[in-house]
Amino acid sequence: MAIKSSLRNMALVLTLVCLGASAAVAVIYAVTKDPIEIAKAEKTNKAIKQVVPAFDNNPSEEILNVPADASNPKETNKVYVAKKGGEVVGYAVESTTTKGFGGAFTIMVGFTPNGEVYNTSVISHSETPGLGAKITDGQSHFITQWNGKNLVDGSVKIAVTKDGGDIDAITASTITSRAYCDAMEIAANVFNNIK
Amino acid sequence: MEYIIIIITAVFVNNVVLSQFLGICPFLGVSKKISTAFGMSLALVLVMGLATLVTYLIQNYVLINTWFGEKMDITFMQTIVFILVIAALVQMVEIILKKINPTLYQALGIFLPLITTNCAVLGAALIVVTKQFSFGGEPHMLNLAESVVYSMALAVGFGVAIILFAGMREQMELSNVPKSLKGTPIALITAGLLALAFMGFQGIV
Amino acid sequence: MSKFKYLLEGIVKNNPTFVLVLGMCPTLATTTSAMNGMGMGAATMAVLICSNMVISLLAPVIPDKVRIPCYIVVIAAFVTVVQFVMQAFTPALYETLGIFIPLIVVNCIVLGRAEAFANKHSVLESALDGIGIGIGFTIALTCIGLVREVLGNLSAFDHKFASSDGMLVFVLAPGAFLVLGYLMVIFNKIKGKKNA
Repeated sequence: MAIKSSLRNMALVLTLVCLGASAAVAVIYAVTKDPIEIAKAEKTNKAIKQVVPAFDNNPSEEILNVPADASNPKETNKVYVAKKGGEVVGYAVESTTTKGFGGAFTIMVGFTPNGEVYNTSVISHSETPGLGAKITDGQSHFITQWNGKNLVDGSVKIAVTKDGGDIDAITASTITSRAYCDAMEIAANVFNNIK
Repeated sequence: MEYIIIIITAVFVNNVVLSQFLGICPFLGVSKKISTAFGMSLALVLVMGLATLVTYLIQNYVLINTWFGEKMDITFMQTIVFILVIAALVQMVEIILKKINPTLYQALGIFLPLITTNCAVLGAALIVVTKQFSFGGEPHMLNLAESVVYSMALAVGFGVAIILFAGMREQMELSNVPKSLKGTPIALITAGLLALAFMGFQGIV
Repeated sequence: MSKFKYLLEGIVKNNPTFVLVLGMCPTLATTTSAMNGMGMGAATMAVLICSNMVISLLAPVIPDKVRIPCYIVVIAAFVTVVQFVMQAFTPALYETLGIFIPLIVVNCIVLGRAEAFANKHSVLESALDGIGIGIGFTIALTCIGLVREVLGNLSAFDHKFASSDGMLVFVLAPGAFLVLGYLMVIFNKIKGKKNA
């Protein structure tokens, strides 16, 4: 059934198959490129909407690049500004920690203008599915306990209770909880450096 | 120091079989005897080191590079290119080994064809070029040396897991296992207990 | 009707997970919940059907000695396509499954069916075989995912039915091995009874 395995045939067929495959992949890449971009942007927009009070501007167009550490202005975090009727109603701070269980993870922290946390949302993480991943459950106590806490006036110690802080860790996910605190701390520092 | 952390992370904490679920097929397939398990792991260390070396260079100097005066990023070809390169590499290793060291070839030869479809090889190659690692410091993409050390250490982790596992299975041959548990089921359950033990390493780095 | 048997064989008699014990990596890694298992099964099924059809079409013109590399290229192309489509339309699932989507390339089920079935059968039969094996794989993954989710997280298909925590070990690595092992025991028992 199959044709002879001469060197010429082998090279020819393999080259043709590779060319055909690459062409197909390139076409699909071109077709799905925009939907992929949209899906990614959609995710950011959804996260912003979730973490700040209702707004009527487009925060994705009003991005500030603010450093977490004022002495190192090169490394900045993205801050999305939400406004209603021209007045600032909240800041959505994107914050990445490296201390996660499975590596880095990124969260979006919404602050009201006076430094209270409005809501938080996880953008991407590589924590153990099901366990550390509890941070993605917006209803869990760990996530909701942040809401309304003021992180910039010094009333809250951003650390899990095990480390002498004010935050209840997720059962059996101390490392993830600590990493979340780390990301919150970074976000708070960014917020302090906004103006 | 950083390399020590990389090695400990790869061998124990992120054990390729027991916590990342890569290379399960050979883990279950060639773990009946310690000697074959050892041969397989040795071949895997060799191939994974080489494969990561080559795919890392391809990723950073071929797929992302300036071609014809234009900056191009054709990483969408990643999967196809990597698997082809790995398949070709394994064949080459086989041919070269046969010529220069027939004794080693006899020991490792039969395992080499199996390695192409060992997802640990492609998995490690993809992980090191797409994921950021911190290893106690700032997160960064791994450089060439770190990538190769990381994936070779992953292969060593495979070795540790499969040799321990083979030891248990040799013991199991002698014991009286209920009929419906014989074979794969009891092996999986044993692997589960081994994975439970390896969870103890989590969080040490 | 005779063609229909190719479809059924893949689901029960040649079930890729419980009988052939192939494709263990995604089976264990992605079944942390029923939905994830189902998503992985569906992605694999899409690749399997497409690659089976194309390979059965190409088989007559592929020289024997380079058939494996050719199959791998075809499979890798479809995997990349599936990867893009999922990234665009099911971004959340794409992220959860992560590296295991490109790794469908080295899933022994896909290459195994190409080598053992598709290159000797017609396009239609190969497609049916792909669907059958694909469904068998998806059912197996969904079952494992469901058991792990129910025990580990007290939820089914992402609907939580009890507010407390489950036995977390089942959504972690060891649980994957244990659940698959015991499900295989049950599968063997049922099959053994039928044969007796």
